[in-house]
Amino acid sequence: MNTTNPRPPARPKHLDLLRIRFPVGAVLSVGHRASGLLLFLLMPVFIYLFARSLDGREGFDGVVALFASPLVRLVLFVALWALVHHLLAGLRFLVMDLGLGETRPRARQSAWLVFILEGMIMLAILVALL
Amino acid sequence: MTRVLTGLRAWVVQRISGAYLAAFIFYVLLAMAAAPPRDYTAWAAWMGAPAMVVATGLFFVALLYHAWVGVRDVILDYVHPLAARAAVLGLVLAALLAQGIWVAAVLAEVTAWP
Repeated sequence: MNTTNPRPPARPKHLDLLRIRFPVGAVLSVGHRASGLLLFLLMPVFIYLFARSLDGREGFDGVVALFASPLVRLVLFVALWALVHHLLAGLRFLVMDLGLGETRPRARQSAWLVFILEGMIMLAILVALL
Repeated sequence: MTRVLTGLRAWVVQRISGAYLAAFIFYVLLAMAAAPPRDYTAWAAWMGAPAMVVATGLFFVALLYHAWVGVRDVILDYVHPLAARAAVLGLVLAALLAQGIWVAAVLAEVTAWP
């Protein structure tokens, strides 16, 4: 915290979501919440697939066949994005709860690190799914 | 820990369950990468091992609790009228409990009892 600066930059006097620029940590945090909600909504789908895959040979083969469809793969990609983002952002929160990297510059660096790792993992998943 | 107006317990549970969820997911990914189950027999045998059933059961308990705390936080942030809040919370809780019973039945079915 810089206490010697007598005149901090003027704060915006509006709440225009299109003009406000969120810091990277805020984007990460909103994404953590959104991805968590999406994962919650997808839970019954996941449990259904898990149950069916264990329901005999036909069930297992049926689940495998399902993933041949491009539409199912698209849904899978979105679901995996939610999982990857929620997992990485969540691990970052756990590390910060231990008291590590709590200063603003460090927090911004780790938020960027999450997004970079996430981008690389999603790129690899995209290649695997195409 | 007092139960009066404190979020500390939920906060702690959210972090412990989150850590277990992450560890379990990494373990499953590694195991799948090392020896992917090619057919139903291999998959059911891997899932049915008693240790795996216990670990998976624990995973779903942690998942349901983690989802409950997280979704409850979102509901408390955005749904303010008391009746609507109670209704949505009740719906979420019922959905989570139903899914818990569903998973318990699946796991009981697949277990290779020793």
